Amino acid sequence: MTDVFTTTIVVATIASGIRLATPFLLAALGEAIGQRSGVLNLGVDGVMLLGAFAAYFVVLDTENVWLGVVAGITIGICMGVLYAVITVFLHAEQGVSGIGIYLFGLGMSDLLFQKLVGTPLPIDQFSEWSVPYLSDVPVIGVMLFQHSPMVYIAFLLVPVVAFILNRTTFGLNVRAVGESPESADSLGVSVRRVRFCTIIAGNALAGLAGAALAIELGIFQQNLTNAMGFIAIALVYFGAWRAPGVMAGALVFGMVGAIVLQAKTLGLIPRSASDIAAMAPAIITILALVVVANRFRQPAALTKPYFRGD
Amino acid sequence: MTHSDSQQVDSALPASSIETSLEKAPMLEMCGITKRFPGVLANDNVSFDVRAGEVHTLLGENGAGKSTLMKILYGLYQPDEGELRLHGKPLRLRSPLDAISHRIGMIHQHFMLVPTLTVAENVALGLPSQRGPLTDLKRVSRRVNELSDLYGLQVDPAAFVWQLAVGERQRVEIIKALYRDVQLLVLDEPTAVLTPQEVDDFFTILHEMKRDGRGLIFISHKLQEVMDLSDRVTVLRHGRVEATTTPAQTTRNDLAALMVGRQLDSATRGNRASLTSETPEVFSVNGLRVAGDRGVDALKSIDLQVHAGEILGIAGVSGNGQRELAEAVTGLRPILAGDVLVDGSAITGMTPKKIREAGLSFVPEERMRDGAIGDFSVADNMVLHNHTESQFSSAGFLDFAAIKTHCSKLVQDFNVKTPDLDTPTKNLSGGNIQKLIMARELASNPRVLIAAQPTRGVDIGAAEYIHQRLLEQRDSGTAIMVISEDLDEVMALADRIAVICEGEIMGVLDAGNATREQIGLMMAGVSDAANSQRA
Repeated sequence: MTDVFTTTIVVATIASGIRLATPFLLAALGEAIGQRSGVLNLGVDGVMLLGAFAAYFVVLDTENVWLGVVAGITIGICMGVLYAVITVFLHAEQGVSGIGIYLFGLGMSDLLFQKLVGTPLPIDQFSEWSVPYLSDVPVIGVMLFQHSPMVYIAFLLVPVVAFILNRTTFGLNVRAVGESPESADSLGVSVRRVRFCTIIAGNALAGLAGAALAIELGIFQQNLTNAMGFIAIALVYFGAWRAPGVMAGALVFGMVGAIVLQAKTLGLIPRSASDIAAMAPAIITILALVVVANRFRQPAALTKPYFRGD
Repeated sequence: MTHSDSQQVDSALPASSIETSLEKAPMLEMCGITKRFPGVLANDNVSFDVRAGEVHTLLGENGAGKSTLMKILYGLYQPDEGELRLHGKPLRLRSPLDAISHRIGMIHQHFMLVPTLTVAENVALGLPSQRGPLTDLKRVSRRVNELSDLYGLQVDPAAFVWQLAVGERQRVEIIKALYRDVQLLVLDEPTAVLTPQEVDDFFTILHEMKRDGRGLIFISHKLQEVMDLSDRVTVLRHGRVEATTTPAQTTRNDLAALMVGRQLDSATRGNRASLTSETPEVFSVNGLRVAGDRGVDALKSIDLQVHAGEILGIAGVSGNGQRELAEAVTGLRPILAGDVLVDGSAITGMTPKKIREAGLSFVPEERMRDGAIGDFSVADNMVLHNHTESQFSSAGFLDFAAIKTHCSKLVQDFNVKTPDLDTPTKNLSGGNIQKLIMARELASNPRVLIAAQPTRGVDIGAAEYIHQRLLEQRDSGTAIMVISEDLDEVMALADRIAVICEGEIMGVLDAGNATREQIGLMMAGVSDAANSQRA
């Protein structure tokens, strides 16, 4: 047993956990930004799927992964505009609208895939990028600094999002609009504009998450995300609407997934139990949510459309 | 006085103007404002103006058009006709942002503060920062401290708003306005949440602001305050200006008459209940402890007794446990410790239905949330609690004829003004909805009545009527507990007054010889004993 847990395996598992956490982190950061301004977006998974397909299709065509990333973000922005118009300008109920977006994304990504591609051809993947010097540090180098660029982008976005929310006037507006839109409005902060921006940003990140996933895996298939977007929403609650908390949640989820994968590879889990093992990340997330949830209050105006007057 | 139109928020305060403000041309004029809503003429050719350095009070009942007029001034509504002028120049306000940019501020009745943000963040919200996209809370905090010192408004810029008491929150609102260096400030019922002593401090600040040459628009129902504070008073009724006058030229009673359109017999107070030692104690609360919404104890072991034919008034500043008290005794909030007794038997922990059956009726404070269902008809709301009883239904089927007879009688008895019994309740005025709820609650001639804020947001006529009904019900032997943040109401109705502060009863006074000052001190947390020692 002891030789199983050699350093190499532990390092590989952690590195793979970080990799697995990346799309969750991107999507959850986007969702957190939206929720801080009072908008729940249940459509993340649908947007991720559309982003994933757009990225896949563009990379297949151009063999340039970065054009794929741009395509994913662009689709995310388009879906963001759609969702913002529905929820902010037409005041539609956010829960149902989000489910609509999800179903649209789920169906449309598959339809486009069937019509435009048909067979699952592999595409170029991200090439690994080692951080100079840091990647040579023993143990930690392999663990943290030999990843695809998307991993660095996702984790660098954590302090960026935290900084924007906590240290900028825009972030102050976002927090105010999510807690008390009428107060923000009375001080001349446009609730619509703020929510419009956060929805666009959130959906762009969801599109990016999808692109990161498709290019990381180098394929596309029906329901590629397999409800990752919903897990990302749960991670926002887990992370108490704060960027570092969301990152912690994504890492827990990624690590559990990596450990299960590693254990399977090593034959530690019998075949008969492999389905149960595959559920582990979800079960652990739910347990963690139960423990963490309700310790922090959600933004007071979450899911509430804002009407001026009266 | 010259105000530049620039948005230099950090600029020094305007030099105090020593000129006599009343002779000056108006700072703001609203000329011939008309605003229509479907089926309602909210403002009908209203003209109103404010001069620099004066307090101009806007007085009127609910629905008289005060709020509409102020929303027009703050850019929330556009007038259908008429014009606004600021310093003689025409003004168009399309949004609050426009109003703010002309240094017009408003302190809303419900504070416009974000509880999860700090004081400094609340002040900075919506303003451009000196550091571009980054917030500059240090500078804001410094300025907040300067303003605090200048005006005697103590407030910690780093405190979160949710940690602050109501009086402190109001100071934050004032600081927000001062920070923006408003030249014109609308104060919408600012004293409703303050103790009488806090009101005095507040008025001192307003005088300070007047001296700076700012124009203040004061909205209040409290006629004494209006008389004390105003330079001029404009009375609105049915969307029209009834009169513009000065306190020197009028009296409280005249103002009340102008508001309502008829003379009021203000001394409605009947004979006080004559209690003897034999009068049975019908309702009592012993050692009641109840948690608030945030988990902290909202009531810390309180004791209260109400006798048959007595009104016990619960006075206190909003948010000191009144709501929790009402909810706990009516079964809507769990009781942590203590007992609630009706006629000597415990109703503690029973369901609201059982508590009603024990003879306790409840007029809740949030009438549209807890008292009636807006989309239900008048009749449905009147039998909401007892439609399953045999008089109104059999085998699960409603007996519409019986319900109709019952409700027609109630509507008539309680003077509820409604087109018919099928009208959705939300279409009624606040006063009529409250009369409807009173009718329902008193129909069973209860042993105990808990009335929370019975006349809040109700027009004077209906309030007078509701007071009359409460006194009649008392005379017929019901033990009544009136919970009200309106001290005048408590003093007018109650036989004994219990003052609540931070979840504790500071003392119970005989209404006959209680003074406002005494009650005010207790509302601020000075206990009765300490109070009498000072005297």
